[in-house]
This record gives sequence, C-alpha cells and structure tokens, in this order.
Amino acid sequence: MNPDILNIQNLCCGYPKFQLSAINIDIPKGSFAGIIGPNGSGKTTLFRAITGTLSIKSGKILLGDKNLKSLSPRLRAQNIAIVSQFIDAGDMSVEDYVLMGRIPYHSRFSFFESEEDFSIARKYMEMTDTLRFRDQLMSELSGGEQQLAAIARALTQQPELLLLDEPTSHLDITHQVHILNVLQQLNQEMGLSVLMVIHDLNLASEYCDRLILVNQGKIYTQGTPEEVLTFKHIEDVYQTVVVTQANPLSGKPAVFLATSKVLKEIQEKLADKQEK
Amino acid sequence: MQSKYLKWLIILAGLVVLLVASVLLSLSVGEMNLGFLDIFRVLRKGNESMEYTILSQIRVPRVMLGIAVGGALSLSGVLLQGVYRNPLVEPYTLGISGGASLGVAFAIVFGLHQLVGSFVLPVCGFSGAFLIIFLVYTISSRSGRINIQSMLLTGVMISFIASSSMMLLMAITSAENLHGIIFWIMGSLDEPDMSLIYITLILAFASLVVSYLFVQPLNALRLGEEKAKHLGINTDTTIKLLFLLASLLAGVCVAVAGVIGFVGLIIPHLMRLLVGSDYRILLVGSFLSGSIFLILSDVIARTIISPNELPIGVITGIVGGIVFLLMMSRSSVHSLKNNG
Repeated sequence: MNPDILNIQNLCCGYPKFQLSAINIDIPKGSFAGIIGPNGSGKTTLFRAITGTLSIKSGKILLGDKNLKSLSPRLRAQNIAIVSQFIDAGDMSVEDYVLMGRIPYHSRFSFFESEEDFSIARKYMEMTDTLRFRDQLMSELSGGEQQLAAIARALTQQPELLLLDEPTSHLDITHQVHILNVLQQLNQEMGLSVLMVIHDLNLASEYCDRLILVNQGKIYTQGTPEEVLTFKHIEDVYQTVVVTQANPLSGKPAVFLATSKVLKEIQEKLADKQEK
Repeated sequence: MQSKYLKWLIILAGLVVLLVASVLLSLSVGEMNLGFLDIFRVLRKGNESMEYTILSQIRVPRVMLGIAVGGALSLSGVLLQGVYRNPLVEPYTLGISGGASLGVAFAIVFGLHQLVGSFVLPVCGFSGAFLIIFLVYTISSRSGRINIQSMLLTGVMISFIASSSMMLLMAITSAENLHGIIFWIMGSLDEPDMSLIYITLILAFASLVVSYLFVQPLNALRLGEEKAKHLGINTDTTIKLLFLLASLLAGVCVAVAGVIGFVGLIIPHLMRLLVGSDYRILLVGSFLSGSIFLILSDVIARTIISPNELPIGVITGIVGGIVFLLMMSRSSVHSLKNNG
C-alpha cells in the first residue's frame, strides 16, 4: 500500500513554448499541500497535468497505487475533485450545481438522482454552510459563496484528493480565511487530502503542512513551510527583497515585503551613518 | 418525490395536452372546417367521402410532418446550443440550410427533378447538407481534438460559401427555375411522399431517444468543457457525436420541408426561460413545443390568406420572433423584481 495520495515521478509535460521537466512530488495521505510560485512558473501547467486536462510526455502520476493514466475519466473523477478558479454556473440552483458532483457515479441510463445523491449533496452543503442558499441561483451568490458551493460540489464527488486552483484569489480577507478554515476542518476531520495552487505566501504558510515552490518549469524546492519559505528562496524565485519571521501567534514563517522606497531609505540611512 | 421532478411532470403533461389540442385544431380548420368530433367520426368511417380524403391525404400528413420537423429542428437547436455553449447557434448557423439549398438549387437548375423524378429534391437537399456537415466536421477535427470555437467559425464560413454559390446558381438560371428554388427555400409542410414523412417522423423520435443517452454529458457541459472533463465526461466524443446527431437531423428536416427558420433558435430559448436549463426536461420539452409551434404556424400559414397559403418560414419568423421578444421582456422584468 502506497502511503502517498499523490506521487509524481519524473514528470515531463507542457506546451510547445513552455515545458515542465523533472517533476518529482510525494504528497502523503491526509496532507494539506500548497503549490506556490511566480506567475508563469508552471503552477497551472502542473495542475492541469494532475487533473488530466494536459497529456503527459514522460514520467508518471500515481494516485495511491493507481496510475492516473490508466484510470478512465469517470474513475478519475471519483478519486480527484477539482475546484477551478472561475465558477460559471449561471442559471443553475445551488442544489442542482452541487448535485453535479454525483455525475461520475451515475450510469449513462440513470436519469433521476437517488435519495442517496440528495442526502450526500445536503451533507456537504451543510458542511460548507451553503445549504441555506440551496434554492438560490448560482449567479445570485457572491464570489466567496460560489467558491464554497464549488467546494461542496467537489466534496459531493467523494474524492480521495481535493485540488483547488487559487481558491482565495479575488476574495477579501474574511472570505479567504473562511474558505481556508473550511478546507482545514475537512482536512483534519475527514482526513481529506488537499492540494491547492495559492499565490498568497502567508496564507500558504499558515494553512499548508507542505509547500511546493515551482519556478521556471521546475521544482525549486519543497518541504514544510519553514523549509521552503526562507528569505533566500523567495528572493531568488520572486526577485523581490523580503524579510521572513515567525508569526508570533502560530510560529509559522511570515513574509514581509521590502518595497524599493523603503530599501532606498534604509540605504540612505546606512550611508548617513557611514558618513558620520 | 422531489418537487423538481413533480414540476417536470406537470410541464410534460401540459405540453402533451397542448400538442393534442394543436393537432386537433390543425385537422379541423382549413378551406373546409370540421368540428373536433367530426374528425374522429370521419376518420373511423374511412369511407371515400370528401372529408375523409381531405383529412387523410392532406391534413394528417401535414400534421405528422409538423410534429416531426418542428420537434427535430427544435431538438437539433437545443443540442447544438448545449454543445457550443452559445445561445446564438441554431441548426442553420453551421451551414446545414445553405448546403441543402445549394443541393436543391443544383438539382433544379440542371433539371434533375424533371429527368429523374421529384424525389431527387430531398435527396439532393440531404446530400448538400451532408456534404457541409462532413466538411465542417473534418476540417475542425483535423488536429485530432475539436476546438469548439473554431468549429463554429468554420461552420459559419462554409455556410457563407454555400449560400453564395447558391446565389450564383440563381443568378445564372431561368426565371422559372428561380421561382422553383425560392419556393423550396421558403419551406412548407406540404410533402406528397408519405414514406418520406414516415422516415422523418421515425428519425425525429429516434433522435429524441438517442439524445437522452447524452443527457448527463450535456448537463455537465453547462459548466464548460474543462469542468465537464473534471466530472469524468469524455467531452470530445460527446461533442462530436452530438454535432453529428443534431446536424444530420436538421439536414433531414431541411431536405423534406425546406428551410423553416427560427424554430431551432426560438423554441429552445423559450423552453429555457420556462423550465430552466436542465437537459433532462429541456430535450423533451423543446421537442414537444417545437412540434406545437410548427403545427400552429402551419395553421396560420394556411388560413390567414385562404385559399392561398403563406410560406411557413414567414410565420415562424414573425410570430416566433414577436412571442420571444415578449417573453424576454417579461422575464427580465421578473428577474429585476427578484433581484430588487
């Protein structure tokens, strides 16, 4: 039995103008992992390889003991659920939207959802606090509420692994924290393995137990937030001057920016001191 | 039972009642009006009376073709809109009508229908439509994967080429042929060949059944192609097969009844406004209301300037367009209320 939920070996994939190469990742079952890296570094490409929307050139992706390539789309959808960055469900009621998560379990000839489908959908709507919207249209919900409904839909697929593509972008801090709290709770109470692409380094540090830092189509480094989020790594990858320090509340590394104006002021002060 | 399913059942029952009513209406009105009860009496007796001849030779075939073509065009439209996720797509956008018209124009200009027989027109119409479908399909799936947007553009371009070629034929042919082409293009439910009517009716209902095999992929596609893939749907196969099903169906309709516009565009939208976008009710709902709409349009086309007959395409366009605009303005008032 493979203790890893996701095991990527020597993966190589991409587009004519952009390639990911030599990607090796192990994510143990029950992890809360984050993929970080600058824009254009290959986060989304890696994500698309894992979700199966991008075909693999070489290497392999194992989900538990199963090779992802050998899984049918249906079985894959029963094992991996994906919350995309943009949710465009328009004129669908929230309940109908969440029930879509049962599609991988329906046979071609099943026409009506069973009582079981409804109760599974309700359970996860309750868990994500979206049950109260169930008769509302998706388009009537705010961005954060839509994101929660999308998480409920993904959970309704009853996956082994939940993938999220920047679940907190476009959201204010209240909703960012709310969504990540919900995910953390699911991770801890249900043992659900979570892998998300996330831009905000401080949120990644607070919530993830593993981080994968991607840069220029390769994995720059991976490990615990303490191992990954050092000022050296960040300055090298993001080309930005930063200071990292432990968050006084959680002890996790927190990243502080040094803007060019501040840097200039510091340099002037140093120069003044030297003159004196 | 879930309230959603109960609502669907009521809608379905309502549409069936409406269909029966419009069939009866269509059978009873015309140059010679018959009472509803007379229809049954005359048909049961089956004698050689004039009423019987009118009913069995003229009105019943028209109604059957109306059910088949109205349902099939509407189904074709709703399937294509689902596949392309584009509300403006209808069966004719992709050049199916252009191809069929070109085929028929070709046959008329070169006198094939006089040479071989009148069945040449539907055969040429369908061949033209099939050629276009084949071209759109092969050009857009050349790279192995279908790109929905480029497929749509390919279809529109090929449609332009086909209709321009047809105009070329019309420009160089005699006035008599020109009249024949224009008459055919305007469309009519008048089809003398009973076997063609049966074939169309059977194909229409068979396609409705087959389309239900794709009801889950269609629903998943409402979220977009990539998200449907994430739900385990083989989107490439679904899109290809549904495109073929919908366009062949439209091709058959055009070949038999000419270019009857707007049914495939307006009826699916009307149904979306009424019942929502769940394809489980939308497919059968669009089929039935397409049949109802075409039968009623035919009644208007036959009676409004009786004893002459208007082209049915004119009625579907004008009546359908007005009804749709009314529905849309009403529903936007409604949704404004909901939001406020």
